[in-house]
Amino acid sequence: MKSGKKKSRSSRARGSQGAKTHTQTALGSAAKTENSARFTLSELQHIADRVIGFSEADETEIEIDSTTDALTRFANNTIHQNVAEHMLAISVRAVVDGRTARATTNKTDEESLRRVAAAAATLARHQPENPDLLPILGPQKYQKLMRYFPATATENPMDRARAVTRVCKMAEKVKQTAAGIFSSGVHQSILANSEGLFASHQYTDAEFSITILEDNSSGWAKANSPDIRDIDPDALAERASNKAIASRKPRDLEPGHYTAILEPSAVLDIIGSLFYDFSATAVADKRSCLNDRMGKKIFGENITLWDDVHHPLQLGAPYDGEGMPRQKILLVDRGVPNNLVYSRATAKKMKTKPTGHGLPLPNEFGEAPMNLVFAGGDKTVDDMVRSTERGILVTRAWYIREVDPYEKILTGMTRDGTFLVENGRIASGIRNFRFNQSVIEMLSNVEMLGPAVRAAGEESFEMVVPAMKVRDFHFSEVTKF
Amino acid sequence: MMRDWAAWAIETAKLRGATYADARVMDTRQREITTKNGEVGTLLESESLGIGIRVIASGAWGFASTDRLTREGVQACAAQAVNIAKASALAKHADVALAREDVYVDTWQNPFVKDPFRIPVERQIDLLLRADKEMLAVKGVTLAEGSMMFRKIDQLFVSSSGSVIHQVKMQSGAGIVATSFAKSEIQKRSYPNSFGGQHSLQGYELIESFDLVGNAQRIGGEAVALHSAAQCPEGSSTIILAGSQLGLQIHESVGHPIELDRVLGQEANFAGMSFLTVDKLRKLKYASDIVNVVADARLEHGPGLGTFAYDDEGVPAQCTPIITNGLFTGYLSNRETAAAIGETRSSGTMRTENWNRLPMIRMTNISLNPGTWKYDDLIADTDEAILMETNRSWSIDDRRYHFQFSTEIGWEIKGGKRGRMIKNPSYSGITTEFWNSCDAICSRDHWTLWGTPNCGKGQPMQTMGTGHGASPSRFRNIKVGVAFAK
Repeated sequence: MKSGKKKSRSSRARGSQGAKTHTQTALGSAAKTENSARFTLSELQHIADRVIGFSEADETEIEIDSTTDALTRFANNTIHQNVAEHMLAISVRAVVDGRTARATTNKTDEESLRRVAAAAATLARHQPENPDLLPILGPQKYQKLMRYFPATATENPMDRARAVTRVCKMAEKVKQTAAGIFSSGVHQSILANSEGLFASHQYTDAEFSITILEDNSSGWAKANSPDIRDIDPDALAERASNKAIASRKPRDLEPGHYTAILEPSAVLDIIGSLFYDFSATAVADKRSCLNDRMGKKIFGENITLWDDVHHPLQLGAPYDGEGMPRQKILLVDRGVPNNLVYSRATAKKMKTKPTGHGLPLPNEFGEAPMNLVFAGGDKTVDDMVRSTERGILVTRAWYIREVDPYEKILTGMTRDGTFLVENGRIASGIRNFRFNQSVIEMLSNVEMLGPAVRAAGEESFEMVVPAMKVRDFHFSEVTKF
Repeated sequence: MMRDWAAWAIETAKLRGATYADARVMDTRQREITTKNGEVGTLLESESLGIGIRVIASGAWGFASTDRLTREGVQACAAQAVNIAKASALAKHADVALAREDVYVDTWQNPFVKDPFRIPVERQIDLLLRADKEMLAVKGVTLAEGSMMFRKIDQLFVSSSGSVIHQVKMQSGAGIVATSFAKSEIQKRSYPNSFGGQHSLQGYELIESFDLVGNAQRIGGEAVALHSAAQCPEGSSTIILAGSQLGLQIHESVGHPIELDRVLGQEANFAGMSFLTVDKLRKLKYASDIVNVVADARLEHGPGLGTFAYDDEGVPAQCTPIITNGLFTGYLSNRETAAAIGETRSSGTMRTENWNRLPMIRMTNISLNPGTWKYDDLIADTDEAILMETNRSWSIDDRRYHFQFSTEIGWEIKGGKRGRMIKNPSYSGITTEFWNSCDAICSRDHWTLWGTPNCGKGQPMQTMGTGHGASPSRFRNIKVGVAFAK
């Protein structure tokens, strides 16, 4: 629906109007629901008020997410999957006698709303008392975040199909094969509770990702943004195409320790595994790689890292799972991890202040920084290549898993554009490597940093990270392509 | 009402110009419980009801889903699916063609003894907390965790061809984990499996069969003992994989590469492709002669996470030979990809996570058939090897050639006997070389149908449960220890 107006909840409840035949309704209604959020903010607030009214718990918290997502998927230069979803999630947390539990539904009729409120309270009663449970929060103030863009909200299947058709034709023209996705979505979330807290966040998202295949090579590019106008499918397709061309006839190279030039997407997916280590609960549980390492210089002087939901290149709501305002936290200062993030309960246990990073309760994980931002440098990937006598340029990392949680050794593969760099230039494509690399060592060996950008990968949520030139990166084995 | 919603969807899709349409109404209920260090972590009950409508219009696919289950909401969703299909046709090379399938009107429910949702939640919490207490009773255990998950899926499939299929699936699972941090090292042990434990299409009787409390101190002790164990050597070795690790090996190096959508390039941008190009069907020596792998969704195979009566495009559950005496003999297909490679029929593997997701080719129960060895005889027959148990990490390239796995624990086998404990075991290799090195598979007495509840695939991402029957097996000349090599 391009007008941006939503159907009222009361018209939804009434269903089809009696004056129309069912067939007329079916033929006439599609355009209204093509895109845009299903519920207005006031409609969601009304649902929340009703649930809180129905609840017999001592305290009640409710989170509601209304989602409209659409995704066009292409492969072999044709669209093979093309989907849309409209979904509501109503999640109720009840607190009864120092105990808490959660129940969720996607039904909005009165019986279902009463049932979900009762289910949360019943679950809460049937467990031991939680001595760490704090009273729910009262009203809070949040810094406004503008992450909703009408251009994204009004994107439709024909718009996406035209862009996809264009890039497929570009690929066909040079005898390449394209595969990828083009998606857009509209989301409205609220968090409210029986103490009067009310928080809301509306945002849009768009993403384009493309793999270009040749007989023995491939290239990849991806971008996402809340504003679809930031995404240039043709430019991304051209970038992926050039990577596929440049990596033709990949050479076999012996595994070993090489200087690695990691493009931002590869950095993102490798570094992304670090985020939960900065949870105070993870440290208290002794499952963080920062156990006994806080305050010590374990990374290089050029590594500085924040969590900052308000950064202009970041995404997310300005509040955490309990409604605490998210704060900017300096996690690593010139190689020294010196701060963690804290939920309210964890902060109380550790006699400090919450940082606004708590996960929705109840949970066993406590908190996590979800908006990591690295300090970047001023070198381009081309600068890194030019300065490298012999090294490996990595476009994308894949299937990354933790081998050792304390030394933070990760394994994974390179993919869709891996190159040998010799004497300051890209010499050839090479067969893909497996790596086994400690992230702690990697961040101690960074020789150059690019500007921090909003990177998009597949293994981690989005972060703001730079390209990195890393010495002694351990490529342990090689695959067959 | 489910039938009404589906009928409205099909009727509207046809009126809007669809030449084929199917609708899945799914009503799911889930309970999740976790405990940690003597306290309840997550305690959640959830329900979700909606409809997903898939159509072919103008010769191309469209799909839309909604939880707005009024007549107007369902009809609008169906109309949207048709509009999306017409948009898809912009980039069409040829009309979608489907392999023939019969029409079915049927009802099915997996058998179970105890409805987990009727078991009081306090009893379930108490079981996890008792196991938690036993783990923490072991000196050196720094973190004790437990989890249970139950899911009931009530689903109706209706197609414009006339099929009406109602299925109800009850799924249960649980597991415990003991972690020990000491000497700058984190070690953990899980039971009965890692990453959420063991899951299958059963009721609460599955949980009761585990004896979580009885195994809690054992895994706690092993987690602590690992700190003092010998490091896994680096080099070439015979390895014996215990059942659950072999289940994941099957999942990654057989299950994914046989997905025909991957083979045909449809997953190229995300999950990747497959080395099993169509020219290799019935020609490639995938494995040694003793290796027989099937994709079997039928109940007679067992109550696996890949068990059902019909897949999510209305094709009956089947048993497809995947590797027959070492030869590659079959793919996982759907009606579209089967037709694309000239097969007469889909192998019945279209599955969807929920009502809001498009069905796609997914593993069912991909199982290694039992061999003939008794476990004790296998150990006694092995001069030197590393026995590896319970997965710790897994990774494989995007064409499923090169893999690396590590496990939580290992033991040295010397002179036919299990010897000292090994920590940080890992192994790596190339899929076909690995499977061709298999020279012993234990018998049905040692065979378990393991459940993998967390298989991700597709864009938007879908998580699916898959089953993997396996018994301990031996592999020769495998590279070990690379993960920790400097």
